[in-house]
Amino acid sequence: MAHALPHLDARTVGELSFWRRYIFSQDHKVIGIQYALTSMAMAVLGGVLALFIRLQLGWPGRSWPLLGRLFPGGMPEGQMSQAFYLAAVTMHGTIMIFFVLTTLLTGGFGNFLIPLMIGARDMAFPFLNMLSYWLYPPAIVILLASFFVSGGAAGGGWTAYPPLSALPQAAPGSGLGQTLWLVALAVLIVAFLFGSLNYITTVLQLRTRGMSMLRLPLTVWALFVTAILSLLAFPVLLAAAIMLLFDRLGGTSFFVPAGLLVGTTPVDHAGGDPLLWQHLFWFLGHPEVYVLILPPMGMVSDILANNARKPIFGYRFMVGSMVAIAFLSFLVWGHHMYTSGMHPLLGTAFMTTTLVIAVPSAIKTFNWLATLWRGKIRFTSAMLFALGFLSLFVTGGLTGIVLAQPPVDIYFHDTFFVVAHFHFVMASAAIFAAFAGTYYWFPKMFGRMLDERLGRWHFWLTFAGIYATFFPMHYAGFMGMMRRIYSPQLYAHLQGLAPLNVFVSLAAFVLFAAQSIFLYNFFRSLFRGPRAERNPWGATTLEWTAPSPPPHGNWGPALPVVQRWAYEYSPPNAAQDFLPQTAPAAVPVGREPGALGGDGERRR
Amino acid sequence: MALGLLVAGAVVATLIARHRWWLPPLASLQGRPVDRLFLVTLAIISAAFMLVQGLLALFVWLYRDRGQRASYWHEHRALELTYTIVPAVVMTGLTVAAAGLWARIHSAPPPGALVVEVRAEQFGWKARYPGPDGRFGRIDPRLFSPRQNPFALDPADPAGQDDLVLDISTSAALHLVVNRPVEVRLRAKDVVHSFFVPAFRVKQDAVPGMVTRTWFTPSRTGTYEIACAELCGPLHYIMRGRIVVQTQEEFDAWLAAQVRP
Ligand code: HEM
Ligand SMILES: [Cu+2]
Ligand SMILES: [Cu+2]
Repeated sequence: MAHALPHLDARTVGELSFWRRYIFSQDHKVIGIQYALTSMAMAVLGGVLALFIRLQLGWPGRSWPLLGRLFPGGMPEGQMSQAFYLAAVTMHGTIMIFFVLTTLLTGGFGNFLIPLMIGARDMAFPFLNMLSYWLYPPAIVILLASFFVSGGAAGGGWTAYPPLSALPQAAPGSGLGQTLWLVALAVLIVAFLFGSLNYITTVLQLRTRGMSMLRLPLTVWALFVTAILSLLAFPVLLAAAIMLLFDRLGGTSFFVPAGLLVGTTPVDHAGGDPLLWQHLFWFLGHPEVYVLILPPMGMVSDILANNARKPIFGYRFMVGSMVAIAFLSFLVWGHHMYTSGMHPLLGTAFMTTTLVIAVPSAIKTFNWLATLWRGKIRFTSAMLFALGFLSLFVTGGLTGIVLAQPPVDIYFHDTFFVVAHFHFVMASAAIFAAFAGTYYWFPKMFGRMLDERLGRWHFWLTFAGIYATFFPMHYAGFMGMMRRIYSPQLYAHLQGLAPLNVFVSLAAFVLFAAQSIFLYNFFRSLFRGPRAERNPWGATTLEWTAPSPPPHGNWGPALPVVQRWAYEYSPPNAAQDFLPQTAPAAVPVGREPGALGGDGERRR
Repeated sequence: MALGLLVAGAVVATLIARHRWWLPPLASLQGRPVDRLFLVTLAIISAAFMLVQGLLALFVWLYRDRGQRASYWHEHRALELTYTIVPAVVMTGLTVAAAGLWARIHSAPPPGALVVEVRAEQFGWKARYPGPDGRFGRIDPRLFSPRQNPFALDPADPAGQDDLVLDISTSAALHLVVNRPVEVRLRAKDVVHSFFVPAFRVKQDAVPGMVTRTWFTPSRTGTYEIACAELCGPLHYIMRGRIVVQTQEEFDAWLAAQVRP
């Protein structure tokens, strides 16, 4: 299984030009970092859009002259236009889900970690890997270009339900902006497919000697299962997006029925079905939320075990529940459609599968708790964020149980309760895991340490900020405040919500501002951070046996050989509180971790 | 510690919200079991919330690094089965309860139910009553005219001659009878909308090309609001409608006054 890739010969790498090394690189680590940095930039953009949303919801109708001067298109006279508000909502969701979390977790962490954690020198298809990254910036350009076309960016929500998204005359944002949105998504999906193929093949084919599937760290398991999910789910959205493009540009009618009138003008389509899109969209949409939460689950498992100095509890149940979740996630999409007009029996069926999926989620949660039990918890920044992930995931997962029951979901569907639910369980939880992963693997990525004190500040402000921002949204949902409304002021049943919305908006601003601590820490440490050792956290997995940062090809001439599972923390009768996966069974314990890093390792 | 604060904060916030930010007062019969199911679920998840966040806080506190050695303990079949089976049982209970209620909500409306059609459009609602003959006339979108024929009725169909069409976003309201079931048939003229009446716990999408249905029984007289719950364009947020629930006598009198001369 272990084989050396010829182009990765360490000696020739030094001769690669700057462009081939850092820009059009085929090295999985460089590609991972490219994905991560690009995603970070997109996260800032997505965050700014969220601030626009909160600005409007906190103070509807208020005029902001300064912003009016900066964004004369979206905020004429300083007052946000309705079309711009919806564009902000749509692009915020689209960017955060597809262009930040998916790219960061699978493209960033997946690329960087998979080969290093399985003892491979690179991905199975490095060229395809490079291509995968280089489809991402064009997708961004296409997406962002839509802000500058007539009608502005797409305004139909990240779910893009037709006919609104199919008929250019239906809304300003349904014009060219919507077309660009679809094209950008299609391009990005191709990138995801390249990536997924690569991850699956790599995990199956390139594991080093001794690395059986049941010795894989949970991070790798998670990324592997995620890749399978993506590979099966994204093509469906790709097909749907192309069909919608045909409806828009080619005169087909997949999603548009006969007899529609926009304003007073008849629509020239017949024979389509708007619900078809909803089924296709959510067939991807629900697995997609697990694409965004499985990698965090894996990363958090490893970080918890490492910082509690304890083996992960219930490794087999963890793997099993991950596979179960992935499988079930293809069978629950209809829980987004209880009120859509699909047959009520389908509602019953989808409720059943949805409540079934809560069980493996509960298993994982309790396994994490059991991992902490009688551990020796070290509060590194990475650990704080991992613990934060647990708290957020639980809070959000529980509200899913409310939404899963169709009679109750009738009321809560498309209200802020749903917004609160998925911001906890998916958005915030995944971001926390990404922060945990960044604090944890930064030393390996860049060979320098992040500042732990700043990390703690960052954690506490973010944790408080998240709860302050999203928890009150449940109450807005209780009152029945609909999603995606420009202003709640007109409705009798929403009177009295204003203070809550102001509070949420203020909290969101604080939350956003707190992220500057992270950005400062990140970029400062990149250049000034103290040098990282090979294994600063006393971790067991293979990436920590490579130098920090690992050279091209990751290890010297010989690859590490795996002797045990990934969770040998605090084994009895050992002097040291961890045994790397490479530690030979017979080796007297207590030797330097560096000395255990593979056989005959040399630094170039 | 902080997680303890969090649990306390969540409880306090919920108590405050109970008074200020809660479900709007209920005004329909089938909303009662819905609210009950919601409250039961809320109780369950609140308990689970406190349990899990509490355990998390406790473990983080108890097992912080004080120089102890972590225990090497990573498998316990009985424990794992417990927390597989207990949630599974709870979920099964909820599934059964919710499935029954869902089936009732989607059962056929009782005989004698009022039947109205509501049509959603960018950005308002129109309603149609079948008139004295009790039958809705045919619709032909090609005959639409904003003033003369806003519901696009086909004049060739005699069943449509007496249909009563109202603009329930501006001039009129959807009149319903207290304690009398009503079936609402929903159409959409342009894009997907959603007929949401918070006080009745009713929400049903109006989908172009389909007629979707929902039925419920208003239980209190008064005026209620229809909201559009599905994003439908820039003015989605103003897409309101009005419902008036009155006694049968008041309703009959109102209806008689509407009939075209
Ligand atoms: C206990 C497990 C869960 C249950 C029972 C559950 C249930 C649901 C249900 C029924 C909805 C539809 C609500 C509606 O639109 O009316 C929903 C929405 C959503 N859920 Fe979950 N969920 C669970 C876990 C998750 C997880 C783990 C994630 C992400 C990682 C997630 C992400 C989302 C998102 C993004 C939406 C909203 C999509 C949209 O309308 O834009 N959920 N969930
Ligand atoms: Cu879902
Ligand atoms: Cu609408």
